[in-house]
Amino acid sequence: MIYVVIVFLWTSILLYILLGGADFGAGIIELFTSKGNRSKTRKTMYEAIGPIWEANHMWLIIAIVILFVGFPKIYTTVSIYLHIPLVCMLLGVIARGTAFVFRNYDAVKDDMQKLYTPIFVYSSLITPFFLGIIAASSVSGQIDIQAQDFLSAYVFSWLNWFSVTVGIFTVSICGFLATIFIIGQAANDDDRSFFIRKARRTIYIVMFCGALVFVAAYHENIPLASWIFGDTLGLTAIIAASISLIIMFFLLQRKKPILLRLLAGFQVTMILFAATYSHFPDIILLKNGSNLSLLTHQGQAKAIDTLGYALLIGSIFILPALVYLIYIFQQKKEVQETY
Amino acid sequence: MDDFLAARLQMAFSLGFHIVFACIGMVMPFFMSVAHFYWLKTKKAVYKDVTKAWSKGVAIFFATGAVSGTVLSFELGLLWPTFMEHAGPIFGMPFSLEGTAFFIEAIALGFYLYGWGKLNPWFHWFTGVVVGISGLLSGILVVAANAWMNSPAGFDFVDGKYLNIDPIKAMFNDAWFSQALHMSVAAFVSTGFAVAGVHALMILRRKNVLFHSKAFKIAAVFGTVAACLQPISGDISAKDVAHRQPAKLAAMEAHFHTERNAPLIIGGIPDTANKRVDYAIKIPGLLSFMTTGDFNGEVKGLDAIPKEDQPPVAVTHYAFQIMVGLGMAMVLIALLYFIALWKKQQWLKSNWLLKLFVIATPMGFIALEAGWTVTEVGRQPWIINGVMRTADAATPMPGIAYSFYLFTGVYISLAIIVSLLLYRQITMVDKLYDSTSKLSKT
Repeated sequence: MIYVVIVFLWTSILLYILLGGADFGAGIIELFTSKGNRSKTRKTMYEAIGPIWEANHMWLIIAIVILFVGFPKIYTTVSIYLHIPLVCMLLGVIARGTAFVFRNYDAVKDDMQKLYTPIFVYSSLITPFFLGIIAASSVSGQIDIQAQDFLSAYVFSWLNWFSVTVGIFTVSICGFLATIFIIGQAANDDDRSFFIRKARRTIYIVMFCGALVFVAAYHENIPLASWIFGDTLGLTAIIAASISLIIMFFLLQRKKPILLRLLAGFQVTMILFAATYSHFPDIILLKNGSNLSLLTHQGQAKAIDTLGYALLIGSIFILPALVYLIYIFQQKKEVQETY
Repeated sequence: MDDFLAARLQMAFSLGFHIVFACIGMVMPFFMSVAHFYWLKTKKAVYKDVTKAWSKGVAIFFATGAVSGTVLSFELGLLWPTFMEHAGPIFGMPFSLEGTAFFIEAIALGFYLYGWGKLNPWFHWFTGVVVGISGLLSGILVVAANAWMNSPAGFDFVDGKYLNIDPIKAMFNDAWFSQALHMSVAAFVSTGFAVAGVHALMILRRKNVLFHSKAFKIAAVFGTVAACLQPISGDISAKDVAHRQPAKLAAMEAHFHTERNAPLIIGGIPDTANKRVDYAIKIPGLLSFMTTGDFNGEVKGLDAIPKEDQPPVAVTHYAFQIMVGLGMAMVLIALLYFIALWKKQQWLKSNWLLKLFVIATPMGFIALEAGWTVTEVGRQPWIINGVMRTADAATPMPGIAYSFYLFTGVYISLAIIVSLLLYRQITMVDKLYDSTSKLSKT
């Protein structure tokens, strides 16, 4: 049952990055779009993400619940030593979620929008940035449970070049997902080629940020290269991701939005796989060399079993409904209120 | 500020904020579905207008509630890591199920908000009902987790270790039913009165009267019926607390001495140093009767509890008085409303009854917050009753005071913006929602 729970944990993190990431990306892209094109981008994005927006950050909650029910030691270690980036991320979550609602449900469209929009776009940037920092810090080996002073216990646990570059990389991934997603939503050919240009630029940025992560890892003496390339499966995943990126580059012009989305999703899945597989089952690498492992630091068997059953039963209800929701709103049917 | 106090205040603020949004988010879908049902049945446009206006409210509150709930799931670990390390696996069952319920609610809300004209009308209506039911279920589940803190079950506590854990037993602990019942009814009372009060005010101002009258009636019926049921559930809760947590009951009642024929103490100022309550109304024997069913039954006082295990008396007592007082006030208004509905139809047209509802707008929520203060402060100094002290659960990280200031600032600004948003939704009813008023203009 422990493996069922781990699969759910990994999948909910993946889905949060994919669906939530596209959602964050929407705000990031808006930030990096010139004023003239902003409202077009915004309108297209809203039509695309509106219906599934409510469901997106549920994945984060599920991942957190799995952690504290199944792996309490891991949850509390992260909560204590990564307190500050977690709080920053939470502020981003609050600001973003509420600003999204405010700008879409304010009955009067006036200058208040000028307040909501910056909150929305900047928090879209901050939240994935800190998510990346948290993810990187868990494996960068800087969490020091023997630290005596405030700085080394609670600040240098996450403040290093590696974590920061992973944060930037996460932001670029979100932007990438959003631009690929939006291509399929374009209303006409002009918009489409505008979004395609954008997508192409984002792909360059993602590759550049990815390279930065390796430089920073080298600088911090983190054996990232050997984690990813030293393992056959990890290497295969990265090669598969690269090939699909090249295919995607040539497909951008073709009108195959679904295929593009699948390729983008595939790439991110492969990157997450390569990044997590190499040190599975360890999930937190501590400074003193000991690791927190999903297998040795799991909760008592009964807790894991009931959690596993709860997740299995839950997904029977959730997945079909979610798929149907996405399916219904992907059909470009003219809305006619006939009743 | 002391870090421990800051952590407690931050938790209290976050919960206090979340509770309001979560309650409205889980109860308003029911109001909305009733209005929607009337629209599908009667085809009167006003019901469709009310449904649409309320669905905007649901969206705003749901999203704010979801966000503040996400924050809470992290705060549990950020502020109380030692608690979560041991409690997480034991009381996690309701949380994992709640994840499902909440997820379904979010999906159903997606269908509902964006489904006008796209779905079969009755399927569309049904998704609105699902929003309400799954919202209510997640509320019940979260309260079951809180009940476990009051009434720990499903594990053996041996030499500081938590052994043989049984998450199912933990979920169905002794307190879950009485707490979940009291809370669910409270959510209906507070949301019903809050919504009814706002619409009553608009009727008094003679704005879109038909629209607001229909809305008022639906909300008022929910709120008043729930208000009359609440004392029954309160009685179940009181007996349960007296049995399981005598320290909490003693603090609620500022009942210092163990005695038979114990009086019910109403109001007053507890004097902990001299162990007495000044200026209170005391009804002899009533407390004994209410908790044991016998006027001569023995009720444990604070003197039966070791000093270091006693909860703060004044806060718990005042909060309890506020909750019961406001609850009773709402029962009275409810009774007047029932008389008006059945016997004195002319009262419904007069202003005084509506004014009473306007005054009662915040009562439910104040009572609700007071009730949670009783539950939480009354459990102190324990975070897991009788097992783990709150002080032992707090994070080792210093400087929590700053985090408290930060979150307080965020929550206050959010509350202000949400109020502004609602105010605007209400003032825009004429333009956006009331189709009859548009017709009359053109």
